[in-house]
Amino acid sequence: MSKIGVFIETADQKIKKSVLGIIFAASRGGDVVGFVLDGLASKYKKSLEEYGVTELVNLTASGIEFSKYPEAAGEALAQGVKAFGVAALLGVSSPIGNDLLARTAIALKAPLALDCMDVDFTDNSVKKSHFSGKAIATIEMTASPFVCGIRPNSFDAVQKPVTCNLIDHNLTVSTEGAITITSVDKKGSGQKDLTEANVIITGGRPIGSSENFALLEDCAKILDAAVGASRAAVDSGYAPHSMQVGQTGKIVSPKLYIGCGLSGSVQHFAGMKTSKVIVAINTDKDAPIFSKSDYGIIGDLFEVVPALTKALQK
Amino acid sequence: MRIYVCVKHVPDTAANINIVNDTGYDRQVKYVANPYDEYGVEEAVTLVEKAGEGEVIAVCVGNETSANTLKSVMAMGVHRSILVKTDEQFSSSALIAKALAKVIEEDGSGDLIFMGKQSVDSEGMQTPYRLGAELNLPVVTGVVNFSLEGSKTIVQREIDGGARESLSMGTPCIIGATKGLNEPRFPKLPAILKAKKKEIKIIEISSLEIVDDAGCRLKKLEPVKERSNARILEGTTEDIVNSLVKILREEEKVI
Ligand SMILES: Cc1cc2nc3c(=O)[nH]c(=O)nc-3n(C[C@H](O)[C@H](O)[C@H](O)COP(=O)(O)OP(=O)(O)OC[C@H]3O[C@@H](n4cnc5c(N)ncnc54)[C@H](O)[C@@H]3O)c2cc1C
Repeated sequence: MSKIGVFIETADQKIKKSVLGIIFAASRGGDVVGFVLDGLASKYKKSLEEYGVTELVNLTASGIEFSKYPEAAGEALAQGVKAFGVAALLGVSSPIGNDLLARTAIALKAPLALDCMDVDFTDNSVKKSHFSGKAIATIEMTASPFVCGIRPNSFDAVQKPVTCNLIDHNLTVSTEGAITITSVDKKGSGQKDLTEANVIITGGRPIGSSENFALLEDCAKILDAAVGASRAAVDSGYAPHSMQVGQTGKIVSPKLYIGCGLSGSVQHFAGMKTSKVIVAINTDKDAPIFSKSDYGIIGDLFEVVPALTKALQK
Repeated sequence: MRIYVCVKHVPDTAANINIVNDTGYDRQVKYVANPYDEYGVEEAVTLVEKAGEGEVIAVCVGNETSANTLKSVMAMGVHRSILVKTDEQFSSSALIAKALAKVIEEDGSGDLIFMGKQSVDSEGMQTPYRLGAELNLPVVTGVVNFSLEGSKTIVQREIDGGARESLSMGTPCIIGATKGLNEPRFPKLPAILKAKKKEIKIIEISSLEIVDDAGCRLKKLEPVKERSNARILEGTTEDIVNSLVKILREEEKVI
């Protein structure tokens, strides 16, 4: 049986939620080998064996903090791929995931596809968006190993308890003259992460001010949702760019997407059309968003959203 | 200062895409400069303007009509352009990176190379990295802030949840630009007219003798089925939200 590698992306010493779905995706192609870069594999072993990871590799390079050196991190994953003979390496298409997977593919001289919605190991093909979500491309990976980033929330986590073998793998990598992460500014953070969220509620241009986003936040709290914004809302200064959903913002795929005061532009939909259920709230019954959503409410968001918040509390 | 900017000629994101013959599309649509590349162009042009000296050269791999995109970025202030001509609709990122690397090396090395973090047609997100490998230069993409400090380039990129990382790397380097880096200018008529006279050097891709070893190929392109009309919920606001909550909980089971 062949082996498929998964980069176990972590944040603040926790496994990113979407990694578990990717483990399931990988398990369809063979035994899953997890690669951990923060040195804490033993901490993650228990939860990962619940989901079918049979080998967990703790990649270390004496004294080097991979979180500071993206090139060394990519090189480490590449060496892991070679040493453990995995046929493919999968990971989350998050900002850091995409960066490290790309560097890994370069180090391996391997083909790479990022932001994939599906991967099929019977013919080594992946599916990904082309033309801002207007088309789906099937790309065949003809070389092995290949590297593939998966859009968060494309796969649900599926429990599959196994016994996991923990392996320490020490490598030699150089950080001389390397790109160095000198600091992380978390000032703009504290927002619930859009790409990992199961529910997202988004405000468009008519939200009118940053203060008015509180309306959406109240609703989001009850739903454990993340709050997003359209580009028009961001460019008007009502929300930071990190909250923007769409072509030039975040690509998201939640179970439920509630759009409040969005016209339904192609570019906005490029970032969220793979959501499972889309609800649109708009005053204009002819707004294009109603032809692209599952449920529509013709009404003023300033009335409908507070009412929805109330109804959810019941 | 000599800066290269890589630009791609892509269908406007608002254009309707009609797929033909499984892996192609009808090219009779409006084309524009890849929006992410425009952030790179703006940054490069501003740097040279501020330095009071230097040259910005645009490089594009595309078909003949890509000259229009090159004219549009020359109207933004790029001094001259190189077009590597190919009729392929989808060249692999590996092939494009090799072509860009060859022409940049032949033209003379740059202090910086700007490009977009991804193209909006094939959404590959990897050409900057592959160009970096070809030219042996450091690469950071998704860049929202850029500055030069001595021999170092300092950039910022957004990571999860709105946090920003600062990175330091040697110069020359490759920057994959994204929204937030700057506001690309809208060229005025005199600049547009002036751009028409600027040089576009055309190189046939075959003359570069590149071996495409991408290790992947586009097998199929399919249109995405759009949702049909939404089910409009009716009644008083209270009725509507109550029935929505019920649907989301009981039928859709998403909350
Ligand atoms: C290259 C490119 C990239 C882009 N990238 C993105 C992107 O990443 N993300 C993005 O969002 N956009 C993007 N855009 C912009 C996009 O084209 C639209 O301009 C934008 O999405 C519109 O935002 P909106 O829906 O909030 O505002 P509008 O288009 O102004 O729509 C507002 C809607 O709200 C309705 N409305 C008004 N008042 C109320 C009320 N009180 N209650 C309820 N409804 C109300 C109106 O009927 C209208 O339909 C991009 C554009 C380009 C060209």
